[in-house]
Amino acid sequence: MALAVNTEKRGGECAAGAPERGAGEKTVGKDKAEYRGVLVYAEQDRGKLKNVGYELLSAGRKLADALGQELAALVIGEDVAGLAPALIARGADKVYVVEGPEYGAYSTDGYAIAMEDVVGACRPSAVLIGATNDGRDLAPRVSCRLGTGLVADCIELGVDEETGLVAWTRPAFGGRILATALCPEHRPQMGTVRPRIFQRPEADAARTGQVIRVASKVQSGDIRTRLLETVQVCAAGCNLEEADVIVSGGRGLGGAEAFALLQNLADTLGGTVGASRAVVDAGWIPAVHQVGQTGKTVGPKIYFACGISGAVQHLAGMSSSDIIIAINKDPDAPIFKVADYGIVGDALEILPLLTAKIGKMLNR
Amino acid sequence: MNFTLTPEQEDIRKLVRDFAAAKIAPSAAERDEKELFPRELFAEMGSMGFLGLPYPEEYGGAGMDFVAYAIAVEEISKACASTGIGVSVHTSLCSWPIYKYGSEEQKKKFLTPLAEGSKLGAFGLTEPNAGTDVGGAAASAVKDGDTYVLNGTKVFNTNGGEAEIEVIFALTDKAAGPFKGMSAFIVEKGTPGFSFGKKEVKMGIRSSVQRELIFENCRVPAANLLGKEGQGFKIAMSTLDGGRIGVAAQAVGIAQAALDYAVRYAKERVQFGKPIASQQAVSFMLADMATQVEAARLLTLRAAFHKSHDLPYSKEAAMAKMFASDIAMRVTTDAVQIFGGYGYSREYPVERLMRDVKITQIYEGTNQAQRMVIAGNILR
Amino acid sequence: MEIVVCVKQVPDTTEIRFDSGTNTLIREGVPGIVNPFDKNAVEAALQLREKTGGKVTVVTMGPPQAKNALKECIAMGADEAVLVSDRALAGADALATSRALAAAIRALERYDLIICGRQAIDGDTAQVGPGIAECLGIPQVTCVQKIELDGTAARVERETEEGYDVVESGMPLLVTVGKGINVPRYPTVRDTMKANRKEIAVMAAAELQACVRKPGLGGSPVRVRKISAPPPRAQGEVIQAESAAEAVDALLRKLSDRKVI
Repeated sequence: MALAVNTEKRGGECAAGAPERGAGEKTVGKDKAEYRGVLVYAEQDRGKLKNVGYELLSAGRKLADALGQELAALVIGEDVAGLAPALIARGADKVYVVEGPEYGAYSTDGYAIAMEDVVGACRPSAVLIGATNDGRDLAPRVSCRLGTGLVADCIELGVDEETGLVAWTRPAFGGRILATALCPEHRPQMGTVRPRIFQRPEADAARTGQVIRVASKVQSGDIRTRLLETVQVCAAGCNLEEADVIVSGGRGLGGAEAFALLQNLADTLGGTVGASRAVVDAGWIPAVHQVGQTGKTVGPKIYFACGISGAVQHLAGMSSSDIIIAINKDPDAPIFKVADYGIVGDALEILPLLTAKIGKMLNR
Repeated sequence: MNFTLTPEQEDIRKLVRDFAAAKIAPSAAERDEKELFPRELFAEMGSMGFLGLPYPEEYGGAGMDFVAYAIAVEEISKACASTGIGVSVHTSLCSWPIYKYGSEEQKKKFLTPLAEGSKLGAFGLTEPNAGTDVGGAAASAVKDGDTYVLNGTKVFNTNGGEAEIEVIFALTDKAAGPFKGMSAFIVEKGTPGFSFGKKEVKMGIRSSVQRELIFENCRVPAANLLGKEGQGFKIAMSTLDGGRIGVAAQAVGIAQAALDYAVRYAKERVQFGKPIASQQAVSFMLADMATQVEAARLLTLRAAFHKSHDLPYSKEAAMAKMFASDIAMRVTTDAVQIFGGYGYSREYPVERLMRDVKITQIYEGTNQAQRMVIAGNILR
Repeated sequence: MEIVVCVKQVPDTTEIRFDSGTNTLIREGVPGIVNPFDKNAVEAALQLREKTGGKVTVVTMGPPQAKNALKECIAMGADEAVLVSDRALAGADALATSRALAAAIRALERYDLIICGRQAIDGDTAQVGPGIAECLGIPQVTCVQKIELDGTAARVERETEEGYDVVESGMPLLVTVGKGINVPRYPTVRDTMKANRKEIAVMAAAELQACVRKPGLGGSPVRVRKISAPPPRAQGEVIQAESAAEAVDALLRKLSDRKVI
């Protein structure tokens, strides 16, 4: 097993002592105006578009309309041209498709080259990427290569009135502040955007648009990592970022056994089980379930916080949920300050009741 | 005059605080409830270097001073007062007399494993009829060839039964009485004739152990005599002077924990539409608590500073121990008051602090005995 | 095996407060700590070194007091430390920081593996790791929960939304790690004292060579326009009920009134 790493192909010119790649110079100043339009990266997983791509189309549509420019989408994958109509129906004027067997599995190297090439071809003013695991892997690699700025994990997008630039708003310091940032002199302006912040637009089958295939420029040796295996730790559909309902548990539940009660409620509602950092650290449940600053950032329609006190770090990961329901024995738990509905009581007693009654309601 | 800690002392505070928050605090309530002695934590603290802070590196210590030691006891006690007293007894009541009065051989054999934390130490002076007044001491040691034969009973022995090394006081000259006829011995657990009686069931510091020690014709090698025959009382009293710094630091740690909990709760708890911290009745209480804790800490660190710099510290240690334990009793009681009904509930941590802290007014010499020491010093 | 770990000294965000009156963060009295994920990175490096031998070098960029963060890493067991510190670097965004750190790493004799924490808890950008990899022209794997080295190749587990991917790569390689990878060790008293006496190399902007032509704010595309307190969620209601069953009924009525169930 000897994989020589090729540092010459892409990036890394800096390493050879040459000026840094794409130092930004060529994109600043006079030709800023050449960069027009909004490009949305429509991430797919095994041939299926992720919701976040659709959500970004609605955000991107608003931006593009405000700027009076076009909205384009980019899809990269093995056999993904068939996904283009769905993107057009949801607001894309153009869809760039980069297709090929080399894109069968996500790789930073391959996807970065594809995105770089598409950005080079369409010169967008702004690029929106979903703040998923892959999106947050890919975006900084590409922005660095292009020598431009990137604002990560945004929860709000707007147009700065004074400058006409994209105003990217994101939380920092564990959610204690919101910072709004601009990228004045470099193009494209890039940002990753949290899933579930924007509504998924309705499909309009009558919309028309252009599908543009961009030839894959990835050559052998460009992709220096190899996916050997994909392991699912939790059952399919446990993706917290995409979940409509999350039932989360914290230390107040008293022990790992209580998570069966959470699972029952989650199953009844078609939801997913989440957890606070404390219980993940205590080993009650694997880290893949952790919600919060150091875990997943979620925004479901309903978030149940059971036995979770509501530390700021936890709130940072779930406060954009539509409805928060807190169940906690401690009436002073900070979680009640953010909850839409709170029940002071023992989650172990309340959860089975809730599960049974919801089960009855839904069967009716 | 300089009130800032050295960078090394700051490092110790951070190191111990982080460790205590992560490893000691989370299980403190459970250990209190179930009366579990945290032997594995002592092993871990030993390998971290927490159990030999003030002793030279050549004897397995960290080569720090007694200020660093006091800081460590405070931080550990903030997380768990029971663990704090275990560290204090190990370090200042068992290791110190060996360091101060032991022969080179005794230091190598006993101080090194103690400072490295591979063995745990304890100190046996108190007897059923000899508490504050050592005059009632009856345990005896009779020389027989190259051994001493120990007989008698010690009570309230902290770390007793867990400790591998005990410093034990016994009369080698009954006629001369405890002041001139008492001697100190290093006794290892497992020595034939050395056994354990009942374990105390207590109000607080419930995860610390206090046991009865029983000596029945227990033969201790003469090489384990600490200092000279008849030096026992002096060794005991000078050791207890240092032990008081540990207890003072323990009290400061418990009081600081109570203050921290109370401040946080007062900011969160809403009554009459606003946090109770905005009620003057509560905020003034918190101000008094904070001031008392700070004053106690200063007295404690000053006594530790004196000890580190070979300045007299008997009076300073007595003042620190007496003041720190008295204010800690008050501060923890006030913390329970601020928590109201929840403060009295075992679901919240402050009632444990109040139970734990009471003993600091009693052991290492009651606060009445401290006043005797202080008065004796100023009326000389 | 030459392992480089990039760390950042961050304010303890659990203690930081925002003053909405002045729109500023209250950093006063907030202790500087080693970014928690970066401690996982150091621990991962130490564990690999214990298996394969070699050297662990810790690199940070920051003000002079960031030395304390490096000392903590030395106390944990890192062999060497480099502080990149210069007034000219102030105000650097993720891109400028990536370039500066990449230049500092390039100045080292050799590097086989670079480990970064997956994100810093103050900025939460998760950009600097990939940025460094790009500047150095080496592959990256982010959010790694396990690293195995086999001669010239690395086999790592990368966290995904539903589990993990097993990924293989040659070296040099940059990985970012989450906290699932290990539990960082506590430095002992003795190692802490030793670390205090350790000389730490300081690298100024001029030493980062031509690669960083515009360090600091001047080379940072992203400008912060404003900061504000997040809008508070409206305080909801705590359901008052005699029993758990009644509370559940009341909750369900409210949820079905809002048509969410």
